[in-house]
Amino acid sequence: MAASITAATAIFIAIGTLYPGKSALEYSGGKNLLRTSSTPQAAVENLGDEIRLRAWKAAYSSLANKAEFTQADFVHDLTGYYLSLRTYATLESFQVRPLHASSNQAEVRLRMHWSSVVGPFTTTRDLHVVRNGDRWNADWPLVKKTVVPPQVIPENYLRWDVIYRGAGDDWGVQDVEAPHVRIVDMHPVQRAEGVVVLGELLNEDVVPAYVSVRATLLSKSGSTISTEGSFDKISHILLPKQVTPFFINFPNATLSDVGSIRMEPLSTLVSASAGPVIAIENERLNPAPGATVTGQLVNQGGRVVNIAHILETLYDKTGQVVWVADQYTDHALLPQTPIPFTIHIPEDLAKKISSERTITETYSVRGVN
Amino acid sequence: MKLRFACLISGILLAALPLAYAQDGRMSLPTTVEAGSAFSIQSSGSGKAVLYIVGPGQVLKRDVQLGETASFPTGSLYNAGHYLAILVAGSSTDNGWFDVAPASKPANLSFLARPSRLSIGLHNGISGTLYIFDVYHNLITKPTPVSFKLSIPSGAVQQRTVTANLGEATTEMDSGTKEGFAKFEAQVDGVSSTRVVEQVPGNPCGLKMSAQPAGNRIHLQTSPVRDCSGNAVPDGTIVTFTENYNGTQSTADVPLKQGIAQVELPAHPGATITVASGVVLGNEIHWQK
Repeated sequence: MAASITAATAIFIAIGTLYPGKSALEYSGGKNLLRTSSTPQAAVENLGDEIRLRAWKAAYSSLANKAEFTQADFVHDLTGYYLSLRTYATLESFQVRPLHASSNQAEVRLRMHWSSVVGPFTTTRDLHVVRNGDRWNADWPLVKKTVVPPQVIPENYLRWDVIYRGAGDDWGVQDVEAPHVRIVDMHPVQRAEGVVVLGELLNEDVVPAYVSVRATLLSKSGSTISTEGSFDKISHILLPKQVTPFFINFPNATLSDVGSIRMEPLSTLVSASAGPVIAIENERLNPAPGATVTGQLVNQGGRVVNIAHILETLYDKTGQVVWVADQYTDHALLPQTPIPFTIHIPEDLAKKISSERTITETYSVRGVN
Repeated sequence: MKLRFACLISGILLAALPLAYAQDGRMSLPTTVEAGSAFSIQSSGSGKAVLYIVGPGQVLKRDVQLGETASFPTGSLYNAGHYLAILVAGSSTDNGWFDVAPASKPANLSFLARPSRLSIGLHNGISGTLYIFDVYHNLITKPTPVSFKLSIPSGAVQQRTVTANLGEATTEMDSGTKEGFAKFEAQVDGVSSTRVVEQVPGNPCGLKMSAQPAGNRIHLQTSPVRDCSGNAVPDGTIVTFTENYNGTQSTADVPLKQGIAQVELPAHPGATITVASGVVLGNEIHWQK
C-alpha cells in the first residue's frame, strides 16, 4: 500500500514537472505563457498578465512610451502614489476590448478587476497601441501624481480620550457613561437574497461613540428566527450629533415569516478625533438603467487620507430609507483634491429613490505620509 | 464482699457525677447582639465545656467553665446574620440561635448616581441609590433617614429626604438648565458620599448660518451654536451643510470648533443651502451671487 502511494506520488510529480499547468507556469515566472505581441489585443493582454504577476520590469519594458516616465511612476500609477487600497490590491483578472484599429495603431480598452481586503474594485484604461515592426506595444496613459500646491493648512483637530474607572475602585464609584445613541429610522425590506433591515442611528450625546446595531427577527409566535449585526455598511465611529445609516442582512429569511424585529443599538465610548472634514461635492443621482450615485470627495484637511469609506443613504419621497450602499475609495485623498466616486444602486429600487445623503468614514495611517 | 461491691458502685457514680452535671449544662443566649459589640453567654451546670459559635463567615470556639459567664470582647462577632451557638460538654450538647444585627451607626455608604452624564433640563433624569453600611460593611437594614442634595452649576440646590428601607434609599432629581458639573451628595448621620454628574447642553437651538463668496466657492459659517437654554454646544458636535443645485448635491459633516462650524462648498447661483445638526434643522439660504 505504502509503496503504491509513493510510486503514484512520484509519477504525479514527474507529470507536473514535464507538463505544468497554466497557473503553475505563471507563478513560477514562466515567460512562455505570454503570447507574441503580434496583435494590439495580444500586446495589451501580455501587459495585463505582467501587471497581474507584478512583473513590473517586464511590463514597463514592453511599453512604447516608457521614455516619458520612469518604472517607479508606472508602478505608482497602478499601486497608488500614497498608501491606499490599491497598494495591497491584486489584479484578479482583466478584460481586453479593441475599440479601434488601423494597420499601424489601435485603441484598446483594458478593464482591470482588482481584489482588496474590502472587496473588489475595477479600473479602466484606454490604451493607444502602436505597431513596431512585427510587434505591437502599448502607450501607457500615465495618470501623473497629483501635486498639491505648497501651502499651510492650519488644523486644530479635536480629540477625545477616555479614562475608565480603575479595577480597584469601590463598588458604587461612577464610571464614564456610555454614549447615548438612538435609532431614528428603521425599515425592513424583502430582497431576493433575504430580509434586509435598514435604518439610521443618531449619536445624541456630546462624546464620540463606537456604534453597532443588532437586530433579531422574531416570528409571529415570538420565537427567534435569527440575529444579525450591522457589519460594514455603517460608520462605526459617530461624532456627537452625527447620523449613520445601517444595513443588516438576514440571508434566506422571509419577511412574511417575521412578526416583529427587536433592535439593539450598541455604543461604547471611544477615543476619537474630529477630522478631517471630507466634503461630498457635485453629487448626482443617475437614474436607471445603470443607476448610480456619482460625486466627488474633497479632503478639506491638510493631511492625506489613505482610505475613505463612502456610505450612501437613499430615501424615497416620504423620507424613508429604501437602501444603503457603500464604496471604498481605491485612491488616497490628498488635501483639497477632488476624487470622483461612483456607487451603484439596485435597478429595481432606483425609481423609488428621490434623495440621498452621503457620509464618509476615513482612515489615515500615521507616519506613512 | 457486699461492702467492696458497694464501694465500687459508689466510686463509679462519683466519677460519673461531673459528667452527669455537664449533661445538664445549659446556656442563656442574648436575642440580638450588635455587630462588633461585646457580649456574654451565661451557662449553667458545672464542669468544663466547649462553646462553638457558628455564623456567616465566622466561627468562634471557646473553652468555658459551666456555670460561669463567657464574655466576648468588642469585635468578636462582626458579620451580621443568624448565628448558632453550641455548648458541648462531654456527650451532651445544648444549642440555640441568636442574631447579630448591623451596628446602628452608619460608617460606609455606597452611592450609585446615574447617569454620570446627561442633558440639561431632564425631569427626574438623575437617579441616586444609596446603600448604608456599618463599619463592618453590614447593610444597615433599620429605617434610616437619608438626605440627598444636588447642587447644580447655576447655584440652585435640590434637596430630598428619604427613609432608607432595608438599607436602600432611592431618589430622583431634575437636571438643571446650565451645563457643568453638578455635585450630588448623600448624607446619613454625619457620613456622606458625593458623586459628580455632568450636565451637558441639549440639542442646538436656532441653528443659523451665513454665506460669503470665496472665489468660486461659498464660505458657510454658523453663528455660535447654542442650545435652547443658551449653553454653548460642545466642540466636536457635527453640523451638516447641504447645498442643492440643479439636481446635484454637495454636503459636508463639519465638527464645531470654538463654537462654530465652517466649510467651503462650490458656488452655484440659484443653489439652496441648508444646515442641520442631528435632528435639528437650521436656516436655509438661496445663493444668488
